[in-house]
Parts: sequence; C-alpha cells; structure tokens
Amino acid sequence: MTPLVRVTGPAARLPLANIDTDIIFPARFLLITEKAGLGRYAFHDRADLAVPPGTAILVTGDNFGCGSSREQAPWALADLGVRVLIGAGFGEIFAANCFKNGMLPIVLGPGELARVDAAVQAGAVIAVDLETQEIAVADQDSIRFSVEPARREALLSGWDEIGRIRAGYAAQIASFEQRQRAAIPWLWRAQQGSLNG
Amino acid sequence: MPRTLYDKIWDAHVVARDAGGEVLLYIDRQLLHEVSSPQAFAALREHGLQVHRPASHIAVADHAVPTHDRGAPIADPQARAQVALLAANCAEYGVEYLALDGERQGIVHVIGPEQGFTLPGLTFVCSDSHSATHGAFGALAFGIGASECGTVLAAQVLWQKRAATMRVTFTGALPDHVSAKDMILALIARIGASGATGYAIEYAGEAVRALSMEARMTLCNMSIEAGSRTGLVAPDETTFAYLAGRPRAPQEADWDAALADWRALASDADARFDREVTIDIADLAPQLSFGTSPDQTLPIGGRVPDPGDAPDPAQRDKLAGALAYMGLAPGTAMTDIAVDHVFIGSCTNGRIEDLRAAAAMVGMGRVAKGVRALVVPGSGAVKRQAEAEGLDAVFIAAGFEWREAGCSLCVAMNDDRLPAGARCASTSNRNFEGRQGIGARTHLVSPAMAAAAAIAGRFVDIRSWRA
Ligand code: SF4
Repeated sequence: MTPLVRVTGPAARLPLANIDTDIIFPARFLLITEKAGLGRYAFHDRADLAVPPGTAILVTGDNFGCGSSREQAPWALADLGVRVLIGAGFGEIFAANCFKNGMLPIVLGPGELARVDAAVQAGAVIAVDLETQEIAVADQDSIRFSVEPARREALLSGWDEIGRIRAGYAAQIASFEQRQRAAIPWLWRAQQGSLNG
Repeated sequence: MPRTLYDKIWDAHVVARDAGGEVLLYIDRQLLHEVSSPQAFAALREHGLQVHRPASHIAVADHAVPTHDRGAPIADPQARAQVALLAANCAEYGVEYLALDGERQGIVHVIGPEQGFTLPGLTFVCSDSHSATHGAFGALAFGIGASECGTVLAAQVLWQKRAATMRVTFTGALPDHVSAKDMILALIARIGASGATGYAIEYAGEAVRALSMEARMTLCNMSIEAGSRTGLVAPDETTFAYLAGRPRAPQEADWDAALADWRALASDADARFDREVTIDIADLAPQLSFGTSPDQTLPIGGRVPDPGDAPDPAQRDKLAGALAYMGLAPGTAMTDIAVDHVFIGSCTNGRIEDLRAAAAMVGMGRVAKGVRALVVPGSGAVKRQAEAEGLDAVFIAAGFEWREAGCSLCVAMNDDRLPAGARCASTSNRNFEGRQGIGARTHLVSPAMAAAAAIAGRFVDIRSWRA
C-alpha cells in the first residue's frame, strides 16, 4: 500500500447527499475480476457526477458511499487519483474499504466542511497533512481532523495488513482458537461438517 | 456490568487490542461469492499464503448467475469466467463450493441459515453489505469489502472498532397483510438512510418476538439501508426450532451444550443502549418507497411529497432529483402509480414464507396486461419447497415467470435487467438509481404488495383490495 502522509493537489466536489456505491461503480462492471484500471467506469451512468482524472481530494455530500460493500467503488476512485475524501459522513463499509486502499476519508462538522467546500469551489489550494491531522485551506486557519490512531499509523506507513497480522499476531490468534475450542467444542465440531453429497 | 447481546458476542471474540482502542476480532465464519472474492484470493496468492481455516468458509455463486437455462453454460463470457474462477479458487484452497448446478445453490444470505451455517453467538462476515441478515439468529454479522475478505481468509481476524448500540423496539401486533418488510421500511423512513451509521441495531419488543425466523431475517437484512452494518435479534425458542436438525447445526450432545450457551446471549434486562427508538406497529400500513433512497418511503395511503415543502435547499434538491428520476409528480397518490414490472425475490424477500404470501395475494388472478412479473426463489431449496406446495403452478398460471435461484433483478448483474423508464414493484432492498437497469425505477415493497401490484397493474392497499 502506498503510504499517505501529505496530500495536495487538484480537488473536486460532489455535494449531493447519499451518493451510493451503485452510482460510484455500476453493478454490471462488477463482472470484471481485476482491481486495476477501474477509474473509467466510475460514475459511468451519471455524466453530471464526473470526477476528473488526477483529482487528489474529493469533497463529498453526506453519506457518500452508502449501500453496497463493493470495493470497486474505492478502487475506481483510487484509479482516478483520489487519496483523500472530505465529507459530513460516509457509508461505513465504504470508509473501511478506503483505509484498506491507502485512502483517507475525513469527517468534518458542518461549519468546517462548508469552509473546505467553499475553498474548493473557489479553486483555492487545500492541503491535507495526516501527520499533524490538519487541513490547510488557502490563507485561512487550518482545520483539525481526527482519525482512528491505528488507521492513521497504517496509512502513514503504508502497511500491508495481512502481512502485519500474520507476522505480529499469529500466536494470539492460535491461543484464542485454543481457548475457544475448549470453551465451546460444539462449534469446532459443527465447523467440520461437510455440505457435500 | 450489564451487557447487551452485541457486547457479549464482541467480548467473546477479542483476540488483541491496540493502544487506540481498536480490537482484533476473531471471525468464526465467512460466506464467499463470485463477485467480491477474486481479489481476496489474489491477495492470498500475492502473500504466498494458504487459507487459515478452510472449514470456516463456504462459497456459492449467486450475483452474476443466470436464473434460466441452468443446465447450459453461462452465456455471458465475463460472468462465466467469474463463476469458474470462484470454483477454481475454492478447489485450489480447499474451501467448500456449492456448485451452481447443485441442490444447495442460492443467495449467500439465504443458504447460510438454511444449512445451519449461521448460528447464534458467532461472528460472521461476507463481503456483501446485507450480511446483517444473519444477525436474525443472534450472530454478530456484518458486511466487509474484498480486502477484508482476504484478511479473513488469511488470518481469521479483522481490526474493528466497537459500534455504538441502538435498540429498536417494535410494540403492538402486526396488522393483517402487513409484514416485517413494512416494519423495516417504516424504521428507515423514520431515522433516515444514515440514521444508524456507527450503531449496531438490536431489534426487540413483542412484535419482533412474534416474528418467524424468515421475517426476522427480512428485518435484519435492511439494517444497512439505515446505515448500520449490524442488526441483531436475541435468539429464542423460535430460533432454536428453526436450527434444530439443519446440516451444519450442532447435533445431539453438542446441540444441548450449544443451547445452554445460546440461552445466555440475550441482552441483560438492565443493559443500556446508546440510543433507543420505539415504533408502534399496531396501525402500521403497507409501505412503499417512492424515491431513489430507501428512506424515501411512505405508507400506501400517502402522496408524493412536494420538494417545495422541503425545509432546506439541499433536501429540496435531493427530493426534486429523486422525483425527476422516478418520473413522479408531487401530490400523486401511491395508489395511482402504475407498474410495468414486478420482481419477487432477493435475500430480503426470496424465502418460502415470502413466496407463500405472494402466492396468496395472486389467488386466482392474472398478471395485468403490459406487466412482466418474475418470481426468483432465494435458493434451490426454496424453489423445491415452493414447487412441492404448488406455488409455482399458482404463479405460472397467473402469468408470472418462475426462475432458478439467484440475486437476479436485485442487482441486475446477470441478464435480468430492466429497460430505461421501466417501473418495478420490487421485494428487494435498494431503490438506488440504475439498480435494476440504467434508468429503471424501483419501488420497494413487501411480497404481498408486489404480487398485488402485478395483478392490479398499479399499487393497491392490500388491506382492502381483492384480486
Ligand atoms: S439478493 Fe441483492 S442484496 Fe441480496 S446478496 Fe444478492 S445482490 Fe446482494
């Protein structure tokens, strides 16, 4: 995963509320089994919602990314260059998927979001710094944002989650399994059941 | 300290904690399907790993599969390749795959419970947002993405943040012709499409206790449409009766041990929830959505609202956009909305009780002229049961198409797609733009409401309507 520390660059806005992942990435393109190159399908059926390629920061309406869990939505946005999303709230699974792909969804309160949105609309440069957890908006006071410490660290260092869990927690997982097997043996036997035949 | 059902399952699955309060949560079981698993298996391959615990997963193809001509190869080459890839990945990694032409194929959220793979007290994931369906059994079930699917394959754990808790208490008894679908639509209309974001919902109250397992699944299924990844119902005698004897449920002495564990799961009487919502359903009317977000829902006696009455410009624009897409004028009575398509199926309402309710409404009627109506059972087992009861004959005689199991028009990834401008009464869960085809318009309803709309050619108040 590419680390995310500071992001400046072209910003765009999609101020509509409830833009769901079906709109971001229409279902019929889910037949593609690759992760790369999906940007061309983003907002395919909604010409009014185009995100220009090269957009690094996207300011969104409330509940952006609600609906389907399809990770193709953040993959497509990432393919267009998006690294940071700023909005009033995000679909939960979408937000989790963003973190897994080196993208930062930032939730702001209404006043601060309006400032960022106005700045982007006016074409001002904004810069997001994950180290200091600040958004610099042109020559105004910068805006603080919060992010889960573990997720922040994962983004800053570009961690490979599977690799880290396997390297760091194998013993804890094994001992959990041992404890669970002793506490609820029926579960482990039911697990072995086969549906074949 | 008193604990909720959610707390109890959460606490029992903590593997490790980080300094910031996130938890490495153990995942007992995972369901896989063809659309979101290719990239997860690719991640295993990249890391040179095996599946950590193959017996804890089962896989099935449902989203992209055709619902007719099951014996023939899939016509769409991309869908054919995707299904073949799932079968090949499962064979390579030792994960059980329920074959497309086999007896047990069906929609992920229908087959899990059917097989007794879904059990109380377990953590359960699927890279599909309707995973909360399994919460009807008192399992902590939530939807994840493809990357997390790969993490669960590789290590059986996920980093998770504990959710806030919300209890939704339904009081009163369900009136005739009103169903769990109407209960959940009414909740979403009340709290909004993001009203439960960040919360795990527990559905409680006498009205929930009175629901069958299938109805509880309908209720939990649409939690995500209120923004929540997790919906739960405490397991009780109804749950245990449903599970007894299912292929993957514990048997004999194990069953007794499991029952003792399951009886201890219910939220403690004095447990506190972060938010409480109460809905009385004694006078609940059949519901239907009129817009492009599931919270744009009204009772059947309602009229399309006027964007001009919206409290602020953002809401006005949102409503105006939805009405433009839906081709509806403000003030239109719900019962004046004519439909040309009907879809009965999906993981929300594709189970046997749903098909029974729909067939009862069909009676001796015929599908109205100009209406195309599809019945797509949620699984092969549901299809066989319906056929044993003669429901297929009722539908076919009335002019419905009787299909093979799959997601079909819920997501329109296979060849079941609606043309632009089509208006569909649908028992599925999402009325998003383009969900059933580019430019197609979806109204979410219960199975009985959908069946009646097929016969009448428009929405009717099924409490007073007779075919
Ligand atoms: S029926 Fe619809 S909601 Fe359910 S799993 Fe299939 S596509 Fe998803």
